[in-house]
Amino acid sequence: MSRVQRVILDVLKPHQPNVLDFARAIAAIGDDYRVDVRVIEVDENTETLQVEIEGSDIDFEAVNVAISENGASLHSIDVVSVASTTE
Amino acid sequence: MLSRWLAPLSSRKPITRSFIMVTLQQLKTLLAISHSEEIMRRYFVVNGFDGALAILGLMMGFYVSEQVELAVVITSCLATALALGMSGISSAYISEAAERRRALMKLEEAMVTSLDESHHARAAMLIPWLVALVNGMAPLIFALIIISPLWMARSGLVLPVDALPMAMGVAISIIFLLGAFLGRVGGTFWLWSGLRSIAVALLTVGLIYLIG
Repeated sequence: MSRVQRVILDVLKPHQPNVLDFARAIAAIGDDYRVDVRVIEVDENTETLQVEIEGSDIDFEAVNVAISENGASLHSIDVVSVASTTE
Repeated sequence: MLSRWLAPLSSRKPITRSFIMVTLQQLKTLLAISHSEEIMRRYFVVNGFDGALAILGLMMGFYVSEQVELAVVITSCLATALALGMSGISSAYISEAAERRRALMKLEEAMVTSLDESHHARAAMLIPWLVALVNGMAPLIFALIIISPLWMARSGLVLPVDALPMAMGVAISIIFLLGAFLGRVGGTFWLWSGLRSIAVALLTVGLIYLIG
């Protein structure tokens, strides 16, 4: 077994919802998620973000659904930290 | 796993299914991302004002005509209220749906992807209905409140003044309240804004009186 504990994602999203609500939507998925969002680029309709998520066991599928639901799209997974468990 | 993220559009859930599954929390989100609260507030006041003024004008017409049966007044006002409601719903839905579809397409072009699964697509489907309902229900509800003294009089209730002038008073009161509300929203003095609305109503009444 392994647990994803940290990911850094490259995400493109529309201006709405704003970055704060977007980060909250992702953080709401888990009980101990820490979400850091950095705005890399802003143009007329979209924003490019670097989204860093930390947690003891990140549900990546749920994160991806939250990203899609907010109108954003995942461009790449730039960093992943996975820990193995002995369960 | 990557293939699931990049699932082809054909394999995605249809929008209608997502639309049905909209919860109250999601509704708040949809209102927030589409900035619809301001639009609905504006439509509520503007069309409510339209409805109240139209019914006031109609009643003033009956008042100056004299000798008109109360039943005829009630039926005419009800018919006008329904027509205003239907007009409000259909016109707002057609225009809002077109605007939202256009905005969604523009956003999809910018995102270079389909937003079928997103709140934006749900908002594009749901918000026009909400806006249309507000736009249509505002004149209908105000009209029903305005003609309530006529109903009371018809059902045999003794009113302190004649039913028609009383209903016109209710209409002017509603017009004042809408004006005052607009004043508060706009950050201006509510009383001044309300009185300005009454001035419009009285001008309308005066013009109809002159015609009659």
